[in-house]
Amino acid sequence: MHTVISHENRLSLAGPGVERSDAEASNSAANRKFYKSRVPIHPKMVHGTYRKVKWAVMAVTLAIYYLVPWIRWDRGPSAPNQAVLVDLAHERFYFFFIEIWPQEVYYITGLLILAAVGLFLVTSLFGRLWCGYACPQTVWTDLFIYVENLIEGDRSARIRLAAQPWTATKVGKRVAKHAIWLAIAVATGGAWIFYFADAPTLARDLAAGHASIAAYGAIVVLAFMTYSLGGLMREQVCTYMCPWPRIQGAMTDNEALAVTYRLDRGEPRGPHKKGQSWEGRGACIDCRQCVAACPMGIDIRDGLQLECINCGLCIDACDDVMDKVDLPRGLIAYDTGANVQRRLAGNRARFRFVRPRTVLYASVMMIVAAVMVFGLSTRRTIDLDILRDRNPDFVTLADGAVRNAYTLKLMNRADQAREFSLSLSGVDPRLVNVIGLGDVKLPVSLSVPADKVRTVRVLITVAKPDVHTGSQAISFALTSGAGGESYEAGSVFVAGGGS
Amino acid sequence: MSDKREVDEHSGTETTGHEWDGIKELNTPLPRWWLGIFYACIAWAIGYWVVMPAWPTIDGYTHGLFNHSQRDEVMANVAALKQARAMKEHELTGASLQQIQSDPELLQFAMAEGKATFGDNCAPCHGSGGQGAHGYPNLNDDVWLWGGELSNIQHTITVGVRSTSPDTRQSAMPAFGRDGILKPEQIDDLTEFVVHLSKRPADAAAVKRATKLFADNCSACHGANGQGDRTYGAPSLTDNDWLYGPTRDDIHDQIWNGHGGVMPTWGGRLTPETIKSLAVYVHSLGGGE
Repeated sequence: MHTVISHENRLSLAGPGVERSDAEASNSAANRKFYKSRVPIHPKMVHGTYRKVKWAVMAVTLAIYYLVPWIRWDRGPSAPNQAVLVDLAHERFYFFFIEIWPQEVYYITGLLILAAVGLFLVTSLFGRLWCGYACPQTVWTDLFIYVENLIEGDRSARIRLAAQPWTATKVGKRVAKHAIWLAIAVATGGAWIFYFADAPTLARDLAAGHASIAAYGAIVVLAFMTYSLGGLMREQVCTYMCPWPRIQGAMTDNEALAVTYRLDRGEPRGPHKKGQSWEGRGACIDCRQCVAACPMGIDIRDGLQLECINCGLCIDACDDVMDKVDLPRGLIAYDTGANVQRRLAGNRARFRFVRPRTVLYASVMMIVAAVMVFGLSTRRTIDLDILRDRNPDFVTLADGAVRNAYTLKLMNRADQAREFSLSLSGVDPRLVNVIGLGDVKLPVSLSVPADKVRTVRVLITVAKPDVHTGSQAISFALTSGAGGESYEAGSVFVAGGGS
Repeated sequence: MSDKREVDEHSGTETTGHEWDGIKELNTPLPRWWLGIFYACIAWAIGYWVVMPAWPTIDGYTHGLFNHSQRDEVMANVAALKQARAMKEHELTGASLQQIQSDPELLQFAMAEGKATFGDNCAPCHGSGGQGAHGYPNLNDDVWLWGGELSNIQHTITVGVRSTSPDTRQSAMPAFGRDGILKPEQIDDLTEFVVHLSKRPADAAAVKRATKLFADNCSACHGANGQGDRTYGAPSLTDNDWLYGPTRDDIHDQIWNGHGGVMPTWGGRLTPETIKSLAVYVHSLGGGE
């Protein structure tokens, strides 16, 4: 059995004023077995540039998550006034000025492609920034560790508490910690459901206790997920459950920025005494503060690793130490593997952000974005779906004429009721019957309410169909009287016989 | 059990002390989490017996603490559904069939209700698309034995055909051959005559012989020219539509046996509103006539 704290609480100094941490990189490759129970990681709080950036990103992302459902957006009387709303009951997705119907789900696909390629681009330029700063798993884990830190104290206090028998103080601290975690978890689940219903109404219903069982169920499930993933499982989610590290691993290369231990400067490492010369040795004083700060339980000095989420906390820890030993900062920094090699070879370091892969990702992103903008700006507010009766396929009438039946879905995506004019081409009908209107002459005018679909059943009778062709292509055209916008959809007229 | 614990030297695991032909069983107890879940399930089951209906008794069953009943739950759901539909159902009650057709929203509601009702009650004979089959009328075409107006369809659904309702649509074609009303050769001639009526080539001599036969035996219902008569539900013999088939054999069989289908009366089984919806739906299949 491997023990984590092998350096039994010795108070040795790695350098003047720098305590040597007994932190062990429990997840480093050397310490990892095929199967091993998880060793709890107690990351030490650091203070520095990247910690500040992480607090800021956390504040912004949490604010977006919790506040967006409450933003109002006036769409007139025919649609809800919530800026971002997934309206499952009415089959609509609202995003500020964009409204998407289920038939237009390709916009969502486009958005996902854009997000994926965007991630590829950022990853190939700056490494796994998503993982380190913006991923919900990272943000919530960071929040949960912050709470833990507030209640149980920093790293060494937490380790002591964990080893301690169950006294009243320990029970109190643990209960308080888990209670706050659960409260955050419930708030997380609670915020999620506001994206699927009118937020103020739902909030009132929730408080009054008569919201739908689905709403309460979603809160419970999401609270459980948040609590267990952010509070209990933490880095294991990234290392074992998440596919992104693998995918992102394929997106980076030697020229992508990553949190890098500059071994060209750091090695050979070793403790340093005050006044001792720095000649013939590296800048790393082996204080392990980078290991103590790591929320993933790795030693960044082992090089680029799958577990590393690129959060930069070890950079802050190391910079602090470098200040104390009067060496320049940046022994650990956002740098590239190629630069380390270049410096080792005595060359100048340089950053190559323009590379074939970054150019490729950027251009794919531009193209997809252009297609999306074009699609959204020329989005039709009129649409027509045709469902031809197949049971029966066609009907032969008493006098030998043939009739086909079509169910038309007339879609009005505009925010006011409109008159659509329906016409037919491709076949010369003897009779056109619209159920509800009786026999009509085409083009026929049909009104559709604002933001609604009207279903109309149309029967087309052809006196002497050409039975030798079996079926012939026809098309219905829908024209909006007001704007002149039109849409044509094809179908077939089946006459039987055929070849 | 011996008091001395024996440890297997290869695996380092304790043995149970059981031995068969020199092979000793290792003691690998069930994991504690597994046992925990197992005991929790037993506790759950006991709780379930108490809380939920569980045990049969001589004259019933134990009802449990909450008196839970899935039947009551379903009835409550059905009642809630009726409640939700009540407004539209009420509109259906007041509206005429034509009014239903001309109000797009009410039409959509009636069509949905009619379609579901058709699938449950009518599709077994008339087919899921109302396309009919041999002996079962096609509801998509323009041939209607009892009339294809909305009101005709509504009435036919309500009373049925040859049904148990006192007001049923009633007609019976005699089995001219089976009951010995006509001679076989007369039926052969009549068959040719009916083929001739539908403007197909037929044996002229037979047609001539059968002219009087038709006038005496058939024209009372089917009309002097075989054009049919709604009053008796008698089909036209002059068109392309044949309920029992278009061939000479089919026609001969029909004259010989006088088939007549039965449609149940739906008046007592479906509510008047449902029958309205059904009439509107059936009418929409082919636009009536």
